[in-house]
Amino acid sequence: MHPRYVLKRTGQMVFTFFATVTLTFVLYQAMPGGPAEAMRAMILAESGDVGGSVSLDLLNEMVEHYANVNPDQPLHVQYYNYLHSLLVEGDMGTSIYQGEPVLDLILQRAPWTMFIGVYALTMGYAVSLFLGAAMAYKERSLFDSVSSTGVILLNSVPYYIFAIVLVYVLGIKYSLFPINGRYGTFVDPGFTLEYMGSVVRHAVLPVVSMGILATGGALTMRGNAIRVLGDDYVRVAELRGLRRSRVAMQYVGRNSVLPLYTQFMIGIAGVLSSTVVVEEIFAYNGMGKLLYDAVLLHDYPLLMGTLLVFTTITLIAIYLADLTYGYIDPRISTGESNE
Amino acid sequence: MSDTDELDFEELFDDADREPPSRSARLKRTLDVTVLAPLRIALHDWRAVVAGGILVLYALMGTVGVWLAKKPSSGDHPKLEAPFQHVAYPLGTDLYGRSILDQIIHATPDMFRMIFAGAIVAVGVAAVVGLLSGFMRGTWVDALLMMLADMIITIPGLPLIIVITAIFQPTNPFVVGVFLGIDMWPGLARTVRSQVLSIREESYVEASRIMGLPTPSILRRDVAGQLMPFILVNAALTSRRVIFESVALYFLGILPFTTYNWGVLMNLAYQENALTRSELLPWLVFPMITIILMSFAFVLLSQAMDAIFNVRLQARHAETIDEDEEVAG
Repeated sequence: MHPRYVLKRTGQMVFTFFATVTLTFVLYQAMPGGPAEAMRAMILAESGDVGGSVSLDLLNEMVEHYANVNPDQPLHVQYYNYLHSLLVEGDMGTSIYQGEPVLDLILQRAPWTMFIGVYALTMGYAVSLFLGAAMAYKERSLFDSVSSTGVILLNSVPYYIFAIVLVYVLGIKYSLFPINGRYGTFVDPGFTLEYMGSVVRHAVLPVVSMGILATGGALTMRGNAIRVLGDDYVRVAELRGLRRSRVAMQYVGRNSVLPLYTQFMIGIAGVLSSTVVVEEIFAYNGMGKLLYDAVLLHDYPLLMGTLLVFTTITLIAIYLADLTYGYIDPRISTGESNE
Repeated sequence: MSDTDELDFEELFDDADREPPSRSARLKRTLDVTVLAPLRIALHDWRAVVAGGILVLYALMGTVGVWLAKKPSSGDHPKLEAPFQHVAYPLGTDLYGRSILDQIIHATPDMFRMIFAGAIVAVGVAAVVGLLSGFMRGTWVDALLMMLADMIITIPGLPLIIVITAIFQPTNPFVVGVFLGIDMWPGLARTVRSQVLSIREESYVEASRIMGLPTPSILRRDVAGQLMPFILVNAALTSRRVIFESVALYFLGILPFTTYNWGVLMNLAYQENALTRSELLPWLVFPMITIILMSFAFVLLSQAMDAIFNVRLQARHAETIDEDEEVAG
């Protein structure tokens, strides 16, 4: 792979990370009345000082303790301190409601969200790619029109409505899958078969509802594959007597997946986004639910922290996707084409 | 300045034996090609007919419906009536005795406002950024715009919007729509850019450039026209996304419940465990059907428009284009 390409991508990732950090800082400052005013009520409530009046200095100190932003100081000093505590000390602030460091709270939850997110992505994409390719091979058949209609219908159903329907049908009517939590109430966490099984069974419905988001790619895949199938080099490959499977994978598959790249990249952020709603529906204690609870409690430090971690995870995922994409399509990494 | 320096290209291609068309004939032709032909194709395409029908229904609901249906308030009717029993509340009533149908109807105008604002912002910004970036390929403008787009693509949209709405608590549907649109333009801008790049390579654009036409008029005459169908298709898809995300925000209870919204109904019903209490189920199911039907219409519309704006198909349905031209086109 071209070193310049790797360098460019890495630089872009680092820059985006800084931009997001700056964005959270700007959001703090943009709060109506500034961060101190916005968090005043909550901080006072948590410190048990509801009726009493607190001096402005003390309040500012508390705001700094929770959010790493001291409204007393000039903006650039605030910004420097904010960056410093985040990047050097690894301090993302303290949750107002739970009183614990934001980073700790997030690290407890992040693996669960990654778990369902990764499975939703891979399964959703795998299904949509194969379905799309199959529809293209059987173009204009009954299978093609039935699945096309099915995918269109599926695309008209928001994933959270799909999740509710799943809860109702598979969870409540037929009791096939548990509908809330990360694992069974009476199961002890540990490397036991029972625990693992429980975790998997609890993940099925959230994964399926999130995976639905990725199936929109099936129609694009179908269109691409149909176009590629009509290309001369596929005909030549078939005439050369290459194995059907080889033509399907290396000639048709590869060339029809390439244009889907941007769609997939956006999909990573989309699937992670959807965890907020899905985890709330399934009472799945992941990062999405953490963010949701933080919103309801106006726990701004926790809110900014989760937003930052969400973005960082997407950043890394897209970075990795970018680098591997260079392997699939060498044109990208040499910078000849970036469309 | 001598006459030979200035070469009138219009004259060069003008047939001497052909009368220039009168203004009314030109107008008629433009109307035929741009409005009537697509309409004729649309009427032949079942997807367009179904999508148009559904959307007209929603538009009626948002205008006449709001005027006909009374603004629901608690205690209007008996609580938790089953659907299809009484004309005053055809879809039944909720836990507070409000007609479910009336609530769904009164949520429609704000939904249209959100869709309108969101689609305008997303598609508008995407078109401008994509056009600029595509035409200034390789310059710092292109690099800057695409970097900005890539950055926004990376930030997960829903968490960002949730944080923004939590801080600013917007109640105006237009503002909500604009917030939602901010997250949606970058992906679209990238696709517009690559479309522009491929259109740029077309021979007729090349010809315009060689003729020395200024960039703005090339953009307007050659490129924008080609992009229009693409942009309209994506406006329909963006509308669907605005519905999805705004309803999600209301369903989560993050946006203030000051207006009626299908998501608000779903939230209230879901909080009351409608899934396990069958008498509450209509409260949850009817808003869900409303949402699905509307987004289905937008998906169908986008698919139909793909076909409608197909140039060859258009030529076949336009009356003012004669057969020779059709073959050439």
